[in-house]
Amino acid sequence: MKEMRFDSAVIGGGAAGMAAALELAARGLSCAVIEREGHLGGILMQCVHNGFGLIEFNEELSGPEFAERFEEKVRKTAITPFVGTTVIEIENEGAEKVLSCVSAGLGVVRIRAKAVVLAMGCRERNRGNIRIPGSRPAGVYTAGLAQRLVNIEGYVPGKDVVIIGSGDIGLIMARRMSWVGCKVHAVVEILPYPSGLTRNIVQCLNDFGIPLYLSHLTTNIYGKDRVEGVEITPIENGALMTEKAFKIPCDTVLLSVGLVPENELSKTAGVEINPMTNGPIVDSSLMTSVPGIFACGNVLHVHDLVDFVVEEARRAGAFAAEWLSGKRPAKEVRVKAGPNVRYVNQSRVDPSRDNKLYLRTLIVKNDALLEVKLNNKVVRQAKKSHVQPSEMISLTLGPAELEAALQVPDSVLEISIQ
Amino acid sequence: MRQELICITCPMGCRLVAERTGEGELVVSGNRCPRGAAYAREELFAPKRTVTATCRVSRPCAGDRSCAAAETASQALDAPRRVPVRTSAAFPKDRVPELLARLYELEVELPVERGAVVLADALGTGIDVLATRSLK
Repeated sequence: MKEMRFDSAVIGGGAAGMAAALELAARGLSCAVIEREGHLGGILMQCVHNGFGLIEFNEELSGPEFAERFEEKVRKTAITPFVGTTVIEIENEGAEKVLSCVSAGLGVVRIRAKAVVLAMGCRERNRGNIRIPGSRPAGVYTAGLAQRLVNIEGYVPGKDVVIIGSGDIGLIMARRMSWVGCKVHAVVEILPYPSGLTRNIVQCLNDFGIPLYLSHLTTNIYGKDRVEGVEITPIENGALMTEKAFKIPCDTVLLSVGLVPENELSKTAGVEINPMTNGPIVDSSLMTSVPGIFACGNVLHVHDLVDFVVEEARRAGAFAAEWLSGKRPAKEVRVKAGPNVRYVNQSRVDPSRDNKLYLRTLIVKNDALLEVKLNNKVVRQAKKSHVQPSEMISLTLGPAELEAALQVPDSVLEISIQ
Repeated sequence: MRQELICITCPMGCRLVAERTGEGELVVSGNRCPRGAAYAREELFAPKRTVTATCRVSRPCAGDRSCAAAETASQALDAPRRVPVRTSAAFPKDRVPELLARLYELEVELPVERGAVVLADALGTGIDVLATRSLK
């Protein structure tokens, strides 16, 4: 069996993987990027709409443009990309990680590396995850699969569409399906507010006169061989109003009901998973519970913008390089998600330097207050004009807030939102 | 005349109110930056959208290989059958369906470089349509 050795290996060649690999290569480390698709770019390649890169490039780009700009940087370095190559297992062997890979071109390959960065992204929740009752006809797709079919493969999966879930992918697909000649009859959202950005409600739904049913649940999918319609039931005060249920005829249902970090592979290496994010538990250097394995991007927690993914991935790459050079944090402080905080992306911070954190709230509120407490003492307060679960909040804490932790063993940092 | 709008210039999504005064002047409020006022003016008088779409690709028959072989290659899993495109600037909203129809008729010959003009001066608007991905 063919074996290869690198200082570092990055699993996944999307935005996160490329950004992490570029940092490793910039520090003179050899780096393999292993990508299961036939080209780098990941999910960006099917996101042909624009709006990417406002922070990273100060321009509004389409997904493929954003990805190709990174790919060009990768091609200018000594990074070795393995495309069309799938990692099937990660094993720990002494100080090395061994990645068992398969590819059509190389057969079975074992890649050995001292540090591994997980950047596999996420996958879509499907019908089984949200348990929609009804029959099992053809015509039920996740929004991302439909996006791939339309934008890359050139197939339109139906004519009369109902979209379940109002996340940004669902909204973007409402516009795409309309633009390729389908009729989108409704977007159905269980929550009382839309999950996607307001601008997407305007330019993807209002522009096409697509009704958005908030506080409505899809309670049945009809059809024998092919979808024939869905039953929609309003929710009032938390109760299903079954007598007000109505049917919308359609031949296609698209699901945009959330994303889950893809960590089956991480688990083979013994990486511990946070049940709130479904991503690895990571310390102040984005390192998982397995020393030498780091995580970033949507495999760690699902991000709103690729710009945030890239920012986090750069740090993961830089931290992996530091770890390889033997640097370890002298002290770490435990991070706790306090009231109204669903999760914080990392479980520890390093009080000796700046720590950039990403978190999500559980509540929808105007004029909210973000509060950070170290050992029950408030060290930071920040006003937020508007918070909601679908909008990630970022926060940087440095020695100014955290240095008191150096004197106290087992310090705890609690972040809350009121 | 009073009209409520949501600004789509950036992800903030400001709620705008546009009112026409007695003199026929348009007054915009609710915007957090000057782009909001400009957006309201444009949205009311000449709405525009950046259009993204995909076009069919045609792979040329390589010298000694038969077209059938080229066809098989184009059906390989890694060979995208559409090339993504976008308008070089925001396009008049009422003419978007016409533009899309035109783009769906196009066949883009490979190879194509990112940024290449696939349709110049689309529908006489002076706006070009550009490929947003390089494909071989």
